[in-house]
Amino acid sequence: MTAALSERPKLSRRFRLQYEEAQSRWVLLYPEGMVQLNHSAAEILQRCDGERSLPEIVAELEQAFNAQDLAPQVQSLLEEGQRRGWID
Amino acid sequence: MAGSTETPTVGQPLWLLAELTYQCPLHCVFCYNPTQHARINDEMSTAQWVDVMQQARKLGAAQLGFSGGEPLLRDDLEELVQEAHRLGYYTNLITSGVGLTPTRAQKLKDAGLDHVQLSFQDSTKELNDFLSHTKTFDLKQRVARLIKQHDWPMVMNCVLHRHNLPHVGKIIEMAVALEAEYLELANTQYYGWAWINRDHLMPTREELQEAEAVVNRFRAEQEGKTGPRTRVLFVVPDYFEERPKACMNGWGSVFLSIAPDGLAMPCHNARDLPGLQLPNVKDTSIAEIWQRSNAFNAFRGDSWMKAPCRTCDERHKDFGGCRCQAFLITGDATEADPVCSKSPHHEKVVQLVKQAPTRRSIPIVFRSDAESRLLHAEPNA
Repeated sequence: MTAALSERPKLSRRFRLQYEEAQSRWVLLYPEGMVQLNHSAAEILQRCDGERSLPEIVAELEQAFNAQDLAPQVQSLLEEGQRRGWID
Repeated sequence: MAGSTETPTVGQPLWLLAELTYQCPLHCVFCYNPTQHARINDEMSTAQWVDVMQQARKLGAAQLGFSGGEPLLRDDLEELVQEAHRLGYYTNLITSGVGLTPTRAQKLKDAGLDHVQLSFQDSTKELNDFLSHTKTFDLKQRVARLIKQHDWPMVMNCVLHRHNLPHVGKIIEMAVALEAEYLELANTQYYGWAWINRDHLMPTREELQEAEAVVNRFRAEQEGKTGPRTRVLFVVPDYFEERPKACMNGWGSVFLSIAPDGLAMPCHNARDLPGLQLPNVKDTSIAEIWQRSNAFNAFRGDSWMKAPCRTCDERHKDFGGCRCQAFLITGDATEADPVCSKSPHHEKVVQLVKQAPTRRSIPIVFRSDAESRLLHAEPNA
């Protein structure tokens, strides 16, 4: 069972999103763990600040990457993030 | 292909474990510290630790655990945490709780400490205090509340063995009541003091299965719950497995442990492995140690492996298991971890489990400086 996604998704304060120079990528740091993020996951999570709404995040990404129909991809990443506790 | 070798690729030391001191106010019977800890006195200075953290961060280290012994015994801990935070580490204090006063907790918060791992020995005062040979149960409860007051994510760690396995349900209840984000139920692995006391700690398979069933029931109840919850990790004991763990995720792969005296190790138990010539950060750079030292390259890749690992199709999954366990049980660190049922020495592990109940007339040994000196008497001393 999955709880509904928040209207304005926010990265949990229990996770730290950080760019790692030595790995040339973004990671999520948490107690005794590290998730190595791919480019698109990092771009999505950077926008989960509790202020932007889901459609706003999608629109921003579509504009930034000159892409279309990103909503399903964003939705699925956020659902996974919520399941894994990254997203409040 | 039989006999094939590959040149190991050297990754990054993503995890740095800083064992600041081997001194500890507790006397736990299952401590994995080296039993010769009392003979290791030359602790590194603040400046030397800062240098270690800076070098390792440049090489990619991101997770940093301050451990020991009891790291709070170092009065420069706040200074080290502050520097670690400035460098961009995600910092973890691994503590017994002894010494975490409200004043020090506030200073550590201000220094940027990210989370705290607090050890408990049991859900009951009697067993907690007996196993650690200290009166620390009430103190740990207070410290747990202090950790939550400072809004740190808390990992509660409880080492399991035959004495507290029947209490697993209560231990979980305690972790939930204290609002721990994670509960690590780590079954005893037999190194250091735990190796000496193995007969007293060894559970039966039935005791283990019952405890695991309790854990699984709790997990099922948590399924689908919203709001804060406690995630339970159940670390299975090697001796009851048929395949070894992927120890350290592979030797010299991601893990770098620095001992109080500056010894650099691919695993915090590696001090006891013979012939390794472990390098020391006091005279060698971490880049040199990580990339080129003999010790860190000794078990990288698969060219060091013997049969059955050498041709095993699981060798890149478990890397042959634990080198320290191979040495302790077979006397040869290049053997397959005898936990593996394919190992010609596997029967020794089976016997260690089987014989434990018949060997409990041997006295239990609490970790202490005096016992450490007795176990490692210096010739002509």
